[in-house]
Amino acid sequence: MSSVVLSQLLLGLINGSFYALLSLGLALIFGLMKIVNFAHGALYMLGALLAWLMLEKLGLGYGWALLLSPLVIGGLSALVEIGLIRRLRHLDPLYGLLLTFGLALLIQALAVMKYGTSGQPYPVPKFLVGADNLGFMILPRYRMWVITASIVVCLAVWAVIEKTRLGSTLRAAAENPRLLEAFGVSVPRLVTATYAFGGALAAFAGVLAAPMQQVRPLMGVDIIIVVFAVVTVGGLGSIGGSIITGFALGIAEGFT
Amino acid sequence: MVRRIAILTLTSALALACNKDKGEGGGEKGGEGKGEGKVTAETGTAGEKSGAGAAGIRIGVLTDMSGLYADLSGEGSVEAAKMAVEEAGGKVAGKTIEVISADHRNKPDVGSAVARRWLENEGVDVIVDVPTSSVALAVNELTRAQNKVFIASGPASADLTGKACSPNTVHWTYDTWALANGTGGEVVRSGGKTWFFITADYAFGQALERDVTKVVTEAGGKVLGGVKHPLNNTDFSSFLMQAQGSKAQVIGLANAGGDTINTIKQAAEFGLGKSGQKLAGLLVFISDVHALGLDVAGGLMLTTAFYWDHDDGTREWSKKFAARHDGKMPTMVQAGVYAGVRHYLKAVAEAGDESDGRKVVEAMKKIPTDDPLFGKGTIDANGRKRHPVYLYQVKTKDESKAPWDYYKLVREIPADQAFNDPAKTGCSLVAGAAAPADAKGAADAKGDAKGAADAKGDAKGDAKSGTK
Amino acid sequence: MTSAGRQRIALLVAVVLLCAAPYVAYPIFLMKVMCFALFACAFNLLLGYAGLLSFGHAMFFGVAGYASAHAAKVWGLTPELSIGFGVLVAAALGAVVGRLAIRLAGIYFAMITLAFAQMIYFYCLQTPFTGGENGIQAVPRGKLLGLISLADNYSLYYFVLAVTLGGIAVTYRAVHSPFGEVLAAIRENEPRAVSLGYHTDHHKLIAFVLSAALSGLAGGTKAIVFQLASLTDVQWPTSGEVVLMTLVGGIGTITGPLVGATLVVMSEDLLASLGGWISVIQGFFFVLCVLLFRRGIVGSLAHWWPRRSSPPSSSS
Repeated sequence: MSSVVLSQLLLGLINGSFYALLSLGLALIFGLMKIVNFAHGALYMLGALLAWLMLEKLGLGYGWALLLSPLVIGGLSALVEIGLIRRLRHLDPLYGLLLTFGLALLIQALAVMKYGTSGQPYPVPKFLVGADNLGFMILPRYRMWVITASIVVCLAVWAVIEKTRLGSTLRAAAENPRLLEAFGVSVPRLVTATYAFGGALAAFAGVLAAPMQQVRPLMGVDIIIVVFAVVTVGGLGSIGGSIITGFALGIAEGFT
Repeated sequence: MVRRIAILTLTSALALACNKDKGEGGGEKGGEGKGEGKVTAETGTAGEKSGAGAAGIRIGVLTDMSGLYADLSGEGSVEAAKMAVEEAGGKVAGKTIEVISADHRNKPDVGSAVARRWLENEGVDVIVDVPTSSVALAVNELTRAQNKVFIASGPASADLTGKACSPNTVHWTYDTWALANGTGGEVVRSGGKTWFFITADYAFGQALERDVTKVVTEAGGKVLGGVKHPLNNTDFSSFLMQAQGSKAQVIGLANAGGDTINTIKQAAEFGLGKSGQKLAGLLVFISDVHALGLDVAGGLMLTTAFYWDHDDGTREWSKKFAARHDGKMPTMVQAGVYAGVRHYLKAVAEAGDESDGRKVVEAMKKIPTDDPLFGKGTIDANGRKRHPVYLYQVKTKDESKAPWDYYKLVREIPADQAFNDPAKTGCSLVAGAAAPADAKGAADAKGDAKGAADAKGDAKGDAKSGTK
Repeated sequence: MTSAGRQRIALLVAVVLLCAAPYVAYPIFLMKVMCFALFACAFNLLLGYAGLLSFGHAMFFGVAGYASAHAAKVWGLTPELSIGFGVLVAAALGAVVGRLAIRLAGIYFAMITLAFAQMIYFYCLQTPFTGGENGIQAVPRGKLLGLISLADNYSLYYFVLAVTLGGIAVTYRAVHSPFGEVLAAIRENEPRAVSLGYHTDHHKLIAFVLSAALSGLAGGTKAIVFQLASLTDVQWPTSGEVVLMTLVGGIGTITGPLVGATLVVMSEDLLASLGGWISVIQGFFFVLCVLLFRRGIVGSLAHWWPRRSSPPSSSS
């Protein structure tokens, strides 16, 4: 294969990593709650923003950001679920969609107010600086890390969903929540946890993205539309489908 | 049914009432609306539609306040305009001058809506800046239709003095032809024969690519290919890979502001310089160099009409500017706003009447320009402001001795060579101009622009201030 | 005085006010309100009356804008023909998209319409005739029927007023008709409607195409008013905006979208000086409405304002 083709393939995989991570979270949330989480892009942006803030204000570097940002954003998502989304449980899930849409608007607009529309640069962490000559292209080390991290996380989540007891509980809740409650499982708590986890995944993707693209308040806006496409095509709610479609779309994008 | 109508009427009344008040506070003040002049002109009754018939002259700075061009224009442009107004004593021909501003967010629909409202409804006499060519082209049409003035100190597209030329527009500072001739010509001369373009896919990028391609091919070079990217793009990796794959000697960046910064940064990440390919930033501002840092930007060639450290005159003004603008030195766009407004005010004093845009622009063309920033210059029949342009190279970190000491002079391009010959631009205003390939385009543009002015044929603009 | 007499007077008053409006307020602002009011009305036909949430309505609005702009500028058609062309294009697009999307329901329908809208957006971004980021500029206002110049804001206002009222009238007629009744039945309980023998897909498709066509009417008119067709009109924030307008105004009411559109456009205008706060406030009201005011303004008012002697009608 010519070097151009190979390099586009690799670049596509990098973009696909973000699509896969984000659609994973979205698919999880949709599978259980039947709500399309429009706020996913905003959470992704908040993850990156938090990483930047941690660096600016607290001097905490990338490693800390990778760990803490998802936790904080996950917590925030949990609060949003309990405080707002839960109130619409009894209604058509379309209202949940509208709510998350409004939330996305609000969060992004607030970020723009504070930080303007152009981005804040976020430096590549020192231990990942530099590039490797792969022969057909020079690949910055950081981008290699992005592919690795997302594949690992995607596989881990997929394994949990498909192979563990927790995963089967989740799948049961998606199929028949009433029956599951009869078994003594608190479905509302499961829902909150899932939404929080989805938010954490989005934030994780955000932190990964921060050194590559600048931290911009609107960075979630364009990517979320693509992610919706991924999730719709990959089968709304299917974990494996979303992951694979995510990577595939990234690669396809690279060639067009 | 009655209830329905009552609700509708109430809402409409509310809407109208609120719109009524707009006449006073009015104007789309962008950002936090800092520091706009107080409205000294009485705007009379609601939604006043008259031109500056009211007691003052209104200057509207339409710019990018928060996007990828905000640093090279934005608030700095507003400050520059205010400096020019203050220097003139805040008054000209006995009328007070007011500066308002708005954010066009680099979108033609937002920009033209603001411009239209300013011109039709808020008595703005002249629009300045507009650093985005697609918006500038739209504003160009509006000022032509409403017979007001457009001082285009921000946009690059040479079409503003070419097929879209207008008797109401003065294109200040620079254009794509000058850039192509400057940086483009120099790079080809120093050995860069094969080119690959990374182009921002809108009016500016397209015009720049077109003009540089012409220069390259005329000098015996070859364009191997190019790729177009959306405005305000963040990830250039795939475009850079294609550029690399083309094996062109020169990768021409037909983009600006944030886009250029990102491309250059990522090119460094992907080790593009190592394989012998050179990056040619076709439009680079001092704000970009400042953002990139000299490690990354050092060695870049660029063409500019203004550099703060050029001579005593520029230095003095720039220091005054920096004091009002966070210590940042002015870019050529911001300098152009100052010089343009200054010359406009001189022309208004001469013409005596600011409400007839064409008359004012004629006066602007008649009076030779002279200011400490661009030196002595003239304005051509097609609206092109002519002054010398300079080729600079960015210093490396070691060469730079002080903050903002970024450039070293390579060559000065004298005024008569810096810009395109008016007769060759395809502008219909220039007597004996070569019939351009799309004469229809120019004719259409002028025909459509009859718009709200109700002017027929070549009626000289009777001040159609829009009052009925 | 009879209730019908009262209605007639109220209508007359409204018409007089509308005719006088451009002398009081900036006509372009009013026309913007009207275009969006029509757009929201068309959208509501689908959401409020057929119960289908489309997240891609901007595609009809924007594509019609491009079509009308092209017709007026490049083909030199008169404005009513240009706009008519825009409507046809939007309707055709609606038929194609509708055919494919109608099978689905709820979330899936919303997602599919969003997906289609994105495809249309990318197409508009790439294809040369739209001018990409530049848009189609300098669109001539032209002469209505070849006779009356619309270059003047006032003449244009009355034309737009007529168009908008016409569009709203069509919506009203569609809703208050046997067709409208069937749509309501489908919205309430589709399986039952099917079991009663109605071709629900057929009805939904017609509603979709009608909604698309009226959105196109709004979009084409807007392109003529502003003399510009741009990418903004096919982007999904525009789809989001029309949802907001309908939600705030009141889903499932005729006047709701009109009120919502007026308020949203007004707030954008008023708050323009506040810059970024517009989006914050819009987002906030969106969330607020979804949580607490699902009926929207008009819906809530209808709920609380006791009906007096109005004849039993299905919706206000």
